[in-house]
Amino acid sequence: MAQMTMIQAITNALDGELGRDEKVLLFGEDVGQSGGVFRATDGLQKKYGEHRVFDTPLAESGIGGLATGLAIQGFRPVMEIQFFGFVFETFDEIAGQAARMRFRSGGRYTAPITYRAPFGGGVKTPEMHADSLEGLLLQTPGLKVVIPSNPYDAKGLLISAIRDDDPVFFLEHMKLYRSLRQEVPEDAYTIPLGQANIVRPGKDVTVVAYGAMVHTAVKAADEWSKTRGIEAEVIDLRTISPLDMETIVQSVKKTHRAVVLQEAQKSSGAAAEIVAQITENAIYHLEGPVLRITAPDTVYPFGMIEDEWLPTPDRVLRGLEKVMSL
Amino acid sequence: MSKQTAVRHREIGLSDEQVLDMYRTMILARALDERMWLLNRAGKLPFVVSCKGQEGAQVGLAFALDPTRDYVAPYYRDLGVVLRFGQTARDVMLSGFAKREDPNSGGRQMPGHFGSRKNRILTGSSPVSTQIPHAVGMALAARMRNERLVTYTSFGEGSSNQGDFHEACNFAGVQKLPVIFFCENNLYAISVPLARQVGCERIAQRAEGYGFPGVTIDGNDVLAVYEAARTAVNRALDGLGPTLIEVLTYRINPHSSDDDDRVYRSREEVDEAKQRDAIVTFGAYLRSTGVLTADKEQALLRDVEQVVDEATAYAEQAPYAEPQEALGHVYAQ
Ligand SMILES: Cc1ncc(C[n+]2csc(CCOP(=O)(O)OP(=O)(O)O)c2C)c(N)n1
Ligand SMILES: [Mg+2]
Repeated sequence: MAQMTMIQAITNALDGELGRDEKVLLFGEDVGQSGGVFRATDGLQKKYGEHRVFDTPLAESGIGGLATGLAIQGFRPVMEIQFFGFVFETFDEIAGQAARMRFRSGGRYTAPITYRAPFGGGVKTPEMHADSLEGLLLQTPGLKVVIPSNPYDAKGLLISAIRDDDPVFFLEHMKLYRSLRQEVPEDAYTIPLGQANIVRPGKDVTVVAYGAMVHTAVKAADEWSKTRGIEAEVIDLRTISPLDMETIVQSVKKTHRAVVLQEAQKSSGAAAEIVAQITENAIYHLEGPVLRITAPDTVYPFGMIEDEWLPTPDRVLRGLEKVMSL
Repeated sequence: MSKQTAVRHREIGLSDEQVLDMYRTMILARALDERMWLLNRAGKLPFVVSCKGQEGAQVGLAFALDPTRDYVAPYYRDLGVVLRFGQTARDVMLSGFAKREDPNSGGRQMPGHFGSRKNRILTGSSPVSTQIPHAVGMALAARMRNERLVTYTSFGEGSSNQGDFHEACNFAGVQKLPVIFFCENNLYAISVPLARQVGCERIAQRAEGYGFPGVTIDGNDVLAVYEAARTAVNRALDGLGPTLIEVLTYRINPHSSDDDDRVYRSREEVDEAKQRDAIVTFGAYLRSTGVLTADKEQALLRDVEQVVDEATAYAEQAPYAEPQEALGHVYAQ
């Protein structure tokens, strides 16, 4: 099996899907000839031709609308937003149009689009590039939201996203693009959307995370196991919509304590939703309040301090200490 | 020695001092740009976005504006414009190093994201074209207050595809607002060439649909840009409405310090563009008219080098912002 970085796994998944289904199209800014600003689509235009892998003009609203038009006519568009922060330019096309097409038409039209976008902090790129805006997408019925934490999952989840009959937002954390390698099968495989993964079993406390924060959580959990002998169970959500509450609740029933980790600002995001659902579904199993470990409710900061602004393993440890003491 | 007959800049009303000032601004922009690029390659600056090749057009335009009267909403390559509007070499370097004293955003944004209230420069942001409707709003504000001024906004040709550009032009056209839309057409939007961006021949043609004039000018002809800009300024001040000025220019460097332009354009094309670079051609013009003597040129270059050295040294040792400063300025205190 080949060792791949996450970006290679993504290219590999796109390549496979373009080869499998001629209805799959790939477009966005700089994705064609140059292969994308992060090289995610490297070589694909050459292999599949300009009619299937193409550069668009610089206008996200138009790109999003184009994707919807193609999708309702039976294509499987995979469109790239060069940085997640530029989702605002095309937010109506995604949340107001594509995500509601099925509902509005009473199921007569659907828009099975895959939106890909790099995002995430810790790579010294400032606001609008590093922001974790996934909370905005969560309150969009009709849209699924996927955030892989490793190369293997990225491939399986991206293939599922492309084959899914609803629009899916697939978010690629920039810090994970090239920072780890993993065995990734060359052949296609899928990971179901809405199925979390227990990446570190434990019995004392549940830690829920997604994206790059999964690695922060595991690091903190390992450290804690060594120094304190307390075993945290780390759940990698893989998709934040739909949410695999079953796995979370199961875990909480075992550990009776939970913390939720996210890179995004604290208020009203994925973590807040998870906390609410834990209390709705497992309050009598809890021995204390569920805590959130997140960024503060301020704008993404300058590079020099982003590592402190984002939840660090240290802050996770402090959160864990607190949740154990409650 | 200077030939008194038919000297082009004097014919259009520019003094020798003014054209020398223009040239110095171009040279300073270039020197700062090149220094930042070097510092990036040396691992000292995280990111640079370059003005190289576009300084002549920027300076030609900016000298038709009045930095004490007008407002500018520039895009990230407009180093020549912000220098004209009073940003200093130090300011530029502080921004490059993302230091606390950076007047643009105190290191909160990438370099090239200009902004300075005291210099009448609107704070911009990363999503392209967002500044264009802002300039229109500022022009409407001026009209409402009976202030006689012009707002300037700039963008690349690729960015002229954004809805923001079209919606802003439309509004300004309807209201006949005093706006100058300045499109710096450098033929590429990152890797995507002009022909893949627009179906029309000239970006300037887009103005017609919004009911105001659009002109296309050779961006390496500093004086031609100045003249077109002055016409547009007068039109705006006379209440006749906006103008779209498209300059044909070239970005000599890759899109940014993270870009590799060898993937999408040939070295021959870049080398050929370097020959037409306004720094070269305007310098030659000034020498031929006797305005730029060898002595003056040497003094100018020495002075610019010193200014850039000083700015670099200052910015490099300047402090970063304190971590807690990153949490402020979200709401009014
Ligand atoms: C809304 C938005 N989409 C994408 C980007 C990424 N991006 C930054 S600059 C650029 C190309 C701009 O090209 P052009 O308008 O021609 O200006 P130039 O850089 O050539 O001067 C792109 C795609 C962005 N900053 N904002
Ligand atoms: Mg351009």
